[in-house]
Amino acid sequence: MTEMTGTPIAHAPGFIANETPRIVSARFDYEDSHTLERYEATDGYHALKKALQQTPEEVHNEVRDATLLGRGGAGFPAGVKWGFCPPGVWPRYLVVNGDESEPGTYKDRLLMELDPHQLIEGCLIACYAVGLSQCFLYIRGEMAVAQERVAQALNDAYEAGYVGKNILGSEFSVDIVLHWGAGAYVVGEETALIESLEGNRGMPRLKPPYFPASIGLYGQPTIVNNVETLANLPWIIQHGAAAFTAIGTESSPGTRMVAVSGHVKRPGVYEIVNGTTTFRDLLYGNDMCGGIRDDNQLKAFVPGGGSAPWFTPDQLDLPFEASQVGPQGSMLGSGAIMVMDETTDIPAAALTLTKFYAHESCGKCVPCREGGTWLEQILRRVVTGRGTQRDLDLLIEVGETICPGDFPHAAVPSKGIEAVPFPYRMTTICFVGPSAFAPVHSALTLFREEFEAKVAGNEARTMIEVAVDV
Amino acid sequence: MTFFTDDNLALAEEIIGRYPKPRSAMIPLLHLAQEQEGWVTDEAMTQIGELVGTTSAEVLGTCSFYEMFKRHPVGKYVINICTTMSCALMGAGELMEHAESRLGVRAGSTTSDGLFTLEGAECQAACTEAPCLQVNYRHQYRVTTDQFDELLDELASSDHAVPDHGVLSQIRQHIPKDRSVGAVPPEEVKAAPVWLSEDGDS
Ligand SMILES: Cc1cc2nc3c(=O)[nH]c(=O)nc-3n(C[C@H](O)[C@H](O)[C@H](O)COP(=O)(O)O)c2cc1C
Ligand code: SF4
Repeated sequence: MTEMTGTPIAHAPGFIANETPRIVSARFDYEDSHTLERYEATDGYHALKKALQQTPEEVHNEVRDATLLGRGGAGFPAGVKWGFCPPGVWPRYLVVNGDESEPGTYKDRLLMELDPHQLIEGCLIACYAVGLSQCFLYIRGEMAVAQERVAQALNDAYEAGYVGKNILGSEFSVDIVLHWGAGAYVVGEETALIESLEGNRGMPRLKPPYFPASIGLYGQPTIVNNVETLANLPWIIQHGAAAFTAIGTESSPGTRMVAVSGHVKRPGVYEIVNGTTTFRDLLYGNDMCGGIRDDNQLKAFVPGGGSAPWFTPDQLDLPFEASQVGPQGSMLGSGAIMVMDETTDIPAAALTLTKFYAHESCGKCVPCREGGTWLEQILRRVVTGRGTQRDLDLLIEVGETICPGDFPHAAVPSKGIEAVPFPYRMTTICFVGPSAFAPVHSALTLFREEFEAKVAGNEARTMIEVAVDV
Repeated sequence: MTFFTDDNLALAEEIIGRYPKPRSAMIPLLHLAQEQEGWVTDEAMTQIGELVGTTSAEVLGTCSFYEMFKRHPVGKYVINICTTMSCALMGAGELMEHAESRLGVRAGSTTSDGLFTLEGAECQAACTEAPCLQVNYRHQYRVTTDQFDELLDELASSDHAVPDHGVLSQIRQHIPKDRSVGAVPPEEVKAAPVWLSEDGDS
């Protein structure tokens, strides 16, 4: 790689080590963590060797026993998903989801830039266990440095005999092909990822029937896994499922990488114990974010990436455990927390997310394509002081065309508002449509007074006035 | 129709060969075209269509879906300022205002000297380092207005390592012939891979 002078091209900063066990970030402290030399010097490719001495079925069972929950957003156990490939249908493929673009999410890029061999070893283990004959490693287009690091790592791994034909002298052979996206958030959705990999516009497919494990790339059984999910595999094979489940809780074992951004003292990416760590530990712990900036009050936080309904200080003691967060009205999603302190203009903050999802709609479903745009325009009107009382109702009415019925939200004990649990109903193919509504709905439900203040005194306008000035 | 240089054509064919179906190489080839020219020309799309076995209209269909593919010339340096939540909370709005006034263009436009294109962008997976921006898809973290000015000065000089717009990874994947398994069209694969047990299933 060209050495830089002048303008630094810094490699993925932001990781902050703490006392938790380090499963996927173990090598991050080394300056040369991305090199094959460092990887081999720190147990690298030992898990692959160990796996090759077992049957594929034994390796699969180990992963199933580890209850490794997918880290891409849906939290589905990897070992179970692998078992969904229909028997006797060949070939099967692996598609690695390195498209990381959910607002607030920052961990897969770190894992690709700082420890690409760990990811490669994870891919190999998955391919061996499930009989996947080719792997496509799809990296987001806007990540030039991650692309460079993974390309170099793949070149070195091929050269050293870890990837390709007859790996380490065994019968196991698999190519890993590096592929980049070109800028489209929705392509992170697994069926859109497959469309994109087939050379098409990245529009999601309807599930059912298009569950990738049964009908995926080229219509073949395809496993789509997130980068962090796969990065856990070498450790699990090396140390065993029992060591993995000894960390965290039974239903959410191991660790997970969580990015905390916004108004905290030490924003950063933390590897935390799954299942037991609470939002309070993370936001206020001295070994973690250390509290809110300037010792301000916490106003709200988005607990699981931009798509997630918001929480307030009332939910701080919830742990990173889907079965507890869901009933309280949100989700853990992609491990991304965005923190808003007391100075935050809530409607304006919601707009930064709604405009994101409106912009990223692929256009396939009318409620998302039209509804997202409407939500953005109405909200923008409100935020800029041109909205009316009617607009506040309209926001909910438009949202209900995307998600009919009660939309999940957190409880607000001081206002007598009870939580509405996850999940929601939806009229769209994928979650982009509902995600445009989630921030609007949360902000309006939890902080209605801020919206009222923005529209106070504004007279209702005629349709023509509205039409010429949205 | 020839658009690609001989070297890039050879590279394009190598890339196509990695996929079970040629059309899968569409996005990589569009990137290659953009690397060669700085943007995606009609000639490039026609040749890509020929290479992967489809029409140029189909290529345009794919190309136009993805934000990174430019259908007109852009600046040598495309500056993307993130405007999504984490960066917005940490001052992206002020940074954008500063950038617009310093460059004398609105987001979405190119400076008259052809050096800079300024864009408002969505989340760049660097949320803890807000506000952030990218120059030709290389990150700059926690950018102050002063640092933005310094960055422009550096980019305008030659003392930096940011390649021209269109160049992404400066390291290419290389699969050595003797190590490559090779891509096989899916319809030609009938049996389980050899490393699975005899009965062919796990
Ligand atoms: C709109 C949308 C965007 C998504 N973006 C990503 C992404 O960038 N990375 C990712 O791993 N998963 C993303 N997902 C989740 C994937 O569809 C899929 O569930 C995941 O990649 C499966 O991997 P896992 O089981 O290892 O988590 C997204 C889902 C949706 C609906
Ligand atoms: S919900 Fe939106 S992004 Fe998802 S498939 Fe429908 S239109 Fe496309």
